[in-house]
Amino acid sequence: MRIYVCVKQVPDTSGKVAVNPDGTLNRASMAAIINPDDMSAIEQALKLKDETGCQVTAVTMGPPPAEGMLREIIAMGADDGVLISAREFGGSDTFATSQIISAAIHKLGLSNEDMIFCGRQAIDGDTAQVGPQIAEKLGIPQVTYGAGIKKSGDLVLVKRMLEDGYMMIEVETPCLITCMKDKAVKPRYMSLNGIMECYSKPLLVVDYEALKDEPLIELDTIGLKGSPTNIFKSFTPPQKGVGVMLQGTDKEKVDDLVDRLMKKHVI
Amino acid sequence: MAFNSADINSFRDIWVFCEQREGKLVNTDFELISEGRKLADERGSKLVGILLGHEVSEIAKELGGYGADKVIVCDHPELEFYTTDAYAKVLCDVVMEEKPEVILIGATNIGRDLGPRCAARLHTGLTADCTHLDIDMKKYVEFLSTSSTLDISSMTFPMEDTNLKMTRPAFGGHLMATIICPRFRPCMSTVRPGVMKKAEFSQEMAEACQVVTRHVTLTDEDLKSKVINIVKETKKIVDLIGAEIIVSVGRGISKDVQGGIALAEKLADAFGNGVVGGSRAVIDSGWLPADHQVGQTGKTVHPKVYVALGISGAIQHKAGMQDSELIIAVNKDETAPIFDCADYGITGDLFKIVPMMIEAIKEGKNA
Repeated sequence: MRIYVCVKQVPDTSGKVAVNPDGTLNRASMAAIINPDDMSAIEQALKLKDETGCQVTAVTMGPPPAEGMLREIIAMGADDGVLISAREFGGSDTFATSQIISAAIHKLGLSNEDMIFCGRQAIDGDTAQVGPQIAEKLGIPQVTYGAGIKKSGDLVLVKRMLEDGYMMIEVETPCLITCMKDKAVKPRYMSLNGIMECYSKPLLVVDYEALKDEPLIELDTIGLKGSPTNIFKSFTPPQKGVGVMLQGTDKEKVDDLVDRLMKKHVI
Repeated sequence: MAFNSADINSFRDIWVFCEQREGKLVNTDFELISEGRKLADERGSKLVGILLGHEVSEIAKELGGYGADKVIVCDHPELEFYTTDAYAKVLCDVVMEEKPEVILIGATNIGRDLGPRCAARLHTGLTADCTHLDIDMKKYVEFLSTSSTLDISSMTFPMEDTNLKMTRPAFGGHLMATIICPRFRPCMSTVRPGVMKKAEFSQEMAEACQVVTRHVTLTDEDLKSKVINIVKETKKIVDLIGAEIIVSVGRGISKDVQGGIALAEKLADAFGNGVVGGSRAVIDSGWLPADHQVGQTGKTVHPKVYVALGISGAIQHKAGMQDSELIIAVNKDETAPIFDCADYGITGDLFKIVPMMIEAIKEGKNA
């Protein structure tokens, strides 16, 4: 059994965010992190590896520096990494991205007992689309919003979260599961041995040449030009005028606030 | 596959995927039907709801009351509960046959599972979590003039363009992007719950709505997963989207989590019928359940009053609350970005400030 874990390197938007004068995100000034939901996918896969001794392969599509992230995941316990990287793939939307990743996984081989784990969504785009689109292109079932995964034979039991509860879903392998952050799933740290060994473990770079003849790839629907969706305009919303910072002692500030709220008939 | 996405001129009508849970329509259905009505009018086409389930035709007419001209009901016992396999098969089959120009799907946990699966099968683009939609270019330009910092007067627009223009926040709302899908049909979009305004219900329109039931076939081979059971969590469901008053807590309550949440609840009560929300940090730490989360990854809210207690104001949080009518922020760090979008800001310790606020509001109400 092999588990492919699809991961993405994203800018850390949880802290303060630097914005360029033109309103775009200043990525250079922000730390690159492993997408938080992907950490759950990694941990779920490594847990299954602990139980069954299966192979765990970390897969990412991105620029060459993403190799560092794959090495980190190997140091956490993954067996190998796959970096899908080519200029032709840049600017791909979710449809194009899923085509490229599914072609790479197809080429590497997906056997009957294998699984693919993804994070539910990435914090830079928040689309949650690439996972289900990979599953469709590979013709395998999917479970999204997965919080707990149990495997027995060729059946997998997944707890799928809903807004007001959850469903227990039984799914056949091969399948794709997108994982949410979950209190019960604490991503492990890199181990000392893992760090020592991570550069000696295999890391395969898959480029345009390697994928261009794959049956799952249509060359006219990948990359910036080929993607079905295009950005028509991007813009910054007008900044709301800065409000009033109330002054004085705590009591004065509170009284001032309540006074203003009463004048506005909010209270 | 016979379905030819490239022949885009043969595609007609605006469709809304209408979700049902336990045989009941969900709020997003009414929001999307109301929005879809506007788009259909801009395009001069019909608005069609598509409803999958088992023995659900009775509830279909209600969709007409919000603007649907027609509802297609696909009935099958396997459609009683949502499964990706059954729903994707049935929806894609009908779409390939009927060829709608646009499909809107609510960005719920179910819609966000179904949408990408179908878009990949239909060989078309999908834009996630849209917050604004236009077909008419004139209306889109008007939208830009009020909702962007772009200098519209120096720009030219293809006024005859009839692509659906789908606007969504990127990077937590700091940047907005309008996406189009010019080469393929249907053009698909998931729409964020709580954003589109629900129209007034019209009994007359509901009665005029045409309901068509379609025969559906599903075989065992179509179904590779099955639902073992569905568990509803018994906890009180918080209705952040419909709330008029929201008091949210952030990392600032960490020194006394239970105490901080209790204060937020008391303040929400003092304002009157408020509910408690939380930032991502609070939900990630397990201090409040996920349905309390406000923000890009949580819910988008626009209450009359939003109070942010001990929330620094990461862009991902602001994306979910900056359109509130009135924002009050309490934070001990005077440089916290939450103050940039607050109408009233108080620098200080929330554990001292909030009890005073509760007292002052009560006094004010009694005065």
